[in-house]
Amino acid sequence: MEFQKELDARGLNCPLPILKTKKSLADMNPGQVLKVVSTDCGSVKDMQAFAKQTGNELLEQSESNGEYVFFMKKK
Amino acid sequence: MTKKMAIIATKGTLDMAYPPFILGSTAAALGYDVQIFFTFYGLQLLKKDLSDVKISPLANPAMPMPVPMPVFVQMLPGMESMATMMMKDKLKKKGVASLEELRSMCLEADVKFVACQMTVDLFEFDKSDFIEGIEFGGAATFMEFAGETDICLFV
Repeated sequence: MEFQKELDARGLNCPLPILKTKKSLADMNPGQVLKVVSTDCGSVKDMQAFAKQTGNELLEQSESNGEYVFFMKKK
Repeated sequence: MTKKMAIIATKGTLDMAYPPFILGSTAAALGYDVQIFFTFYGLQLLKKDLSDVKISPLANPAMPMPVPMPVFVQMLPGMESMATMMMKDKLKKKGVASLEELRSMCLEADVKFVACQMTVDLFEFDKSDFIEGIEFGGAATFMEFAGETDICLFV
């Protein structure tokens, strides 16, 4: 999937992946896509909850080798 | 309409310092308007220097310890500092933000910090020991904001 910016949230624990996602989205334009890579299994539910509450769209999420990858489209 | 959350932070130990700052910063990231009212021991969390914020194994039977430790050992001088050091080390290893980091993220996200004026007087705190950008107020100040919130917590 195409993305305009990537956030490496590996090794970070709750709530840092969410806080850093929010920060990364702040200087992006509406419609642009942010890729987030996290190793926190709790971030799976949290990213969904973040998207639901902020209106940013979680386009795709996947997991491989303990890494969680999210594509978030800015509202 | 913007959602709101109010928290009363009354504890000044390392473990109990986390919930207000974690929830405050996260709620702000989700678009909430957040206010945290710091009273009694919670006021320690507004000091510039957070090195007095510690954790004690004493009277804290739920605290996971690397080795079982009898209560009379937990009472020995230096045990509190050691437990604090170990906890901070663990937090860092697990990628959990430091209190300073979470607190500044709250401030960056415009979380409003209100220090209880009565407690400041009671403990004779020096206002210059506190971080910049906080307000001082009382119960009525808290109620004014809390009365219109969607989430209101006491920590």
